[in-house]
Amino acid sequence: MLDDLFRRIFVVTILTSYTMSGFFKSSIGRKVAMALSAFFLMFFLLQHLSINILSVLSPETFNEVSHFMGTNPLVQFVLQPILIFAVVFHFVMGFVLELRNSRARKVAYAKNNGAANSSWMSRNMIWSGMTILAFIGLHFVDFWFPEMNTKFIQQDWSGTMEGVEGLRYHHELVEKFVNPVRVGAYAFAFVLLGLHLAHGFTSAFQSMGGTAGRKKILQTIGKAYSILIPLGFITIAVYHYFNH
Amino acid sequence: MDLTLKIWRQVDAKDKGKMVDYKVTEISGSMSFLEMMDVLNEQLVNAGDEPVAFDHDCREGICGMCSMYINGEAHGPDRGVTTCQLHMRMFKDGDTITIEPWRAAAFPVIKDLVVNRSAFDRIQHAGGYISVNTSGNTQDANATLISKKAADTAMDAATCIGCGACVATCKNSSAMLFVGAKVSQYALLPQGQVEAADRVRNMVAQMDLEGFGNCTNTGACEVECPKGISLDNIARMNRELMKASI
Ligand code: HEM
Ligand code: SF4
Ligand code: FES
Repeated sequence: MLDDLFRRIFVVTILTSYTMSGFFKSSIGRKVAMALSAFFLMFFLLQHLSINILSVLSPETFNEVSHFMGTNPLVQFVLQPILIFAVVFHFVMGFVLELRNSRARKVAYAKNNGAANSSWMSRNMIWSGMTILAFIGLHFVDFWFPEMNTKFIQQDWSGTMEGVEGLRYHHELVEKFVNPVRVGAYAFAFVLLGLHLAHGFTSAFQSMGGTAGRKKILQTIGKAYSILIPLGFITIAVYHYFNH
Repeated sequence: MDLTLKIWRQVDAKDKGKMVDYKVTEISGSMSFLEMMDVLNEQLVNAGDEPVAFDHDCREGICGMCSMYINGEAHGPDRGVTTCQLHMRMFKDGDTITIEPWRAAAFPVIKDLVVNRSAFDRIQHAGGYISVNTSGNTQDANATLISKKAADTAMDAATCIGCGACVATCKNSSAMLFVGAKVSQYALLPQGQVEAADRVRNMVAQMDLEGFGNCTNTGACEVECPKGISLDNIARMNRELMKASI
């Protein structure tokens, strides 16, 4: 199943470089591009959560891994730009698709019963997406901008700070979750991320042409992923709130 | 049963149109939805009013002409049926029923509940066929070996009657279930292989040109489709287009 998916991702990546214009201008090409960016984001979330869990299990290891991720040139100058591109591409494309789709029906129904045939999550991807986008904004203000300031403007790559013994990352993380309003906002955004993924996970496979014959298993994995990932992030935030 | 009907009335393509309320009485539960509409129209004609225009032909679920958005669902609240197969026993005495035409920019209203579905024809013309020479020397169909599974899956796709309920239901007015079915019925059979790449490319291009929306995999089409066309057909179309684009 996975190697089949990787083969398809490979094929599409090759496609990008050769026949980009035609394919990605088509409605299906756009869907495939959307799914590819989503796959990258879902992989990133898994990796991000794995590191964050360390902040609960072992602050020292969390500090070391954070320092590695924050200073490794491959992560900083290759993976990070790809991630930013994927995020921006995903939400810009999300808005583009939403706009095109709203233009495909000029007169609305007087009475429409969407709940009769589709899930709330599938009909509200743009709203769950916009909540995640607002969260990403908050997250950048909280962590990313200060990090960039320290490293690129202050030119301080030491990973230490005044008044903190050893590396600073764990200290900074815990500081953020002192405020219950922030913890609440984080939890809310992650619930909506869960709803986004509850539809998005299987949807991305369908877009890549890959659900036939494996719907059940994909739905199960999708359900697990969309519950466990947000729950993990929320648990970590709540843990630090009660243990700072 | 006695019913209140809220029906979309629109004189012609240019008219703005509006919902109008009607009353019908003594409707039997054994009537089909279209027969109930006949009762209403007789009433209107006898009163010297313009009857409600609606599409229909076979009245047995095979032509795909009947097209009504009933109480917020394509072909009404029942599953696996067209409007002509919908029975009035699905409703209760005193109900108010809202009846609207298919809504999609690619399906403009001609009059009242009648919409223009020529966009589907143009998609079919773009590649929904195989080029076979039929002048005299056709070979025996059984001479080409086809697995039972492929034949059945192709047949399932081919049961699409082109009614457009998928488009009407879809929050994005996407035609992908229809086009997916039409692409699949050939992609699964050896006869369809020869023109497979051109077919999917041209049909998808025509679909986009007609102004249908983009699928977001909500799955509403599959639920409302009177023929139970599966979402697998959309996935297959996506695969076919990827294959064709290399
Ligand atoms: C880490 C963050 C995010 C993840 C993991 C994620 C994941 C996904 C996935 C898996 C899909 C399904 C793709 C498909 O059907 O092919 C999807 C679709 C979508 N996403 Fe996101 N998403 C994220 C952030 C956002 C943001 C910030 C927006 C902003 C508006 C957004 C808007 C949308 C929309 C509108 C769709 C539906 C488009 C479609 O199905 O064609 N997403 N997302
Ligand atoms: S796929 Fe189903 S709903 Fe769509 S046109 Fe064919 S029969 Fe009608
Ligand atoms: S009138 Fe032919 S399918 Fe309903």
